[in-house]
Amino acid sequence: MTRRYSALSLFREGLGGHRGWQPAWRKADPRPAYDAIIVGGGGHGLATAYYLAKNHGITRVAVLERGWVGGGNTGRNTTVVRSNYFYPESVALYDLALRLYEGLSRELNYNIMLSQRGMLIAAHTPMQMEICTRIANAMQLNGVDGALMSAEEAMRRVPLLNRSEDARYRCMGGIWQGRAGVARHDAVAWAYARAASGLGIDIIENCAVTDLLIEGGRVTGVETSRGTIRAERVGLAAAGATPGLAARAGVTLPIHTYALQAFVSEPVKPCLDTVLLYLGTGTYVSQSDKGELVVGGGLDRVPTHGQRGNLPAQETVLSGLLEMFPAFGQLKLLRQWAGVVDVVPDSSPVIGPTAVEGLYLNCGWGTGGFKAIPAGGWLLAHLLARGEHHEISRPFGLDRFVTGRLIDEAAGSGIAH
Amino acid sequence: MQRFQCPFCGLRDETEFHFATEAGKSRPEPAEEVTDAEWAAYLHLNDALKGQAREVWVHLTCGEYFLMTRDTLTREVSGSEALPGRAS
Ligand SMILES: Cc1cc2nc3c(=O)[nH]c(=O)nc-3n(C[C@H](O)[C@H](O)[C@H](O)COP(=O)(O)OP(=O)(O)OC[C@H]3O[C@@H](n4cnc5c(N)ncnc54)[C@H](O)[C@@H]3O)c2cc1C
Ligand SMILES: [Zn+2]
Repeated sequence: MTRRYSALSLFREGLGGHRGWQPAWRKADPRPAYDAIIVGGGGHGLATAYYLAKNHGITRVAVLERGWVGGGNTGRNTTVVRSNYFYPESVALYDLALRLYEGLSRELNYNIMLSQRGMLIAAHTPMQMEICTRIANAMQLNGVDGALMSAEEAMRRVPLLNRSEDARYRCMGGIWQGRAGVARHDAVAWAYARAASGLGIDIIENCAVTDLLIEGGRVTGVETSRGTIRAERVGLAAAGATPGLAARAGVTLPIHTYALQAFVSEPVKPCLDTVLLYLGTGTYVSQSDKGELVVGGGLDRVPTHGQRGNLPAQETVLSGLLEMFPAFGQLKLLRQWAGVVDVVPDSSPVIGPTAVEGLYLNCGWGTGGFKAIPAGGWLLAHLLARGEHHEISRPFGLDRFVTGRLIDEAAGSGIAH
Repeated sequence: MQRFQCPFCGLRDETEFHFATEAGKSRPEPAEEVTDAEWAAYLHLNDALKGQAREVWVHLTCGEYFLMTRDTLTREVSGSEALPGRAS
């Protein structure tokens, strides 16, 4: 029976015909009651479960997932991780995530294939270069690695960039973050599920939460497709499905849901070894280990709950790609898909309590929550365990919409993934 | 490309339209009696539910705001009408 992953266990299993591998996590059936329930088995829900056990010793916990683990946005995103945000509150949050990511493969004994290949946010006008200078300065003041990159350096690093004299969006340089990169999205979900399950937490798939039970202003459990489950503490980490769930408790959220699409090309030889985002077109791209180009861009502009994209957004993203890299015009696309993302007016997440006692939120990640999974889990676990904010999550509560202290990263860092 | 019905111009490409807000909100008045929480709710809170929705959209080309009834899951549009008090 092999539980720990290592070169030695791989070798040993190889000799035995690979018959001794254990499932990565137990298929648990719901028990009648838990100390805490987490709704949503995406990265944020699973990381919450893991940190509840590891940081707070709370293991009578269930993660309820209506489909399969990582089948939501966690398994649909373009896997860019970075912490090059503008406001100190955001940097504290996203850099906590990146620091945790940096040690995660080792900590969870699971290769999440973190590849810190760096990310260039490319500018195309003198005005954009000025904005980039401002953001790079903010990053340095916030203690995060980030620097301005010249056009020559950008062209040297990314030789296939459009160099034509009459390019509509010629690269004038941009912001570089060397610690940014990509990680394997499924592995992040599976690694947290395995680690949480190993610490005694029940991961329950095919279990849809249909209602929240509220008595005297506090949460007492959930109604599910597999029966009633009781708990005094419930965390919602259901991305685009969160508004519908919160509504069951009478909580209305500052969220609109939109489809965000991604595209994958046929595999080609290595030709792009960083992540590239064009400010001019909003398109970004990286190359996967298999050689495919993984491409994303802006939201579809029609609010929706349907997990599929529309054609105008595809056209915008792909024409942006060809403007960046004319050579990619020869490639065929293999796949295209979309996820329903939970967008908040200031493009920052919502982490915090609700008006219902015992009910906590981790949502509003919109187009950029993959990079934040370790931090989102860490902070929701803290809220569930202690009933109060961690210093890092405090600015991200729902109360900011009343006080007006928004953390407007859409304006601050021209948000993209 | 989906096409939406502008009550003033007829069927047009979706790219000519912009979502404004969910329908049914009314601005809290008088201003001096409105609490921060009421104002925040008016500005920011939405239902964002799956299924039938009534929304205010703007047809960017003619600049008119109007009401659209549609399904947020299937994207099927079932109605499009001028705002009360605006003849189409
Ligand atoms: C195309 C695309 C590209 C993206 N690119 C990036 C990127 O490059 N970098 C980045 O940082 N972020 C990116 N994102 C955003 C990122 O994917 C999300 O912010 C992040 O994965 C959210 O994680 P989550 O755990 O909150 O949500 P999810 O992974 O969506 O998990 C929520 C889970 O809740 C479950 N659920 C819903 N309702 C119920 C219910 N009633 N009962 C039980 N379970 C329920 C769902 O099935 C789902 O599995 C991208 C998103 C998309 C769609
Ligand atoms: Zn019109």
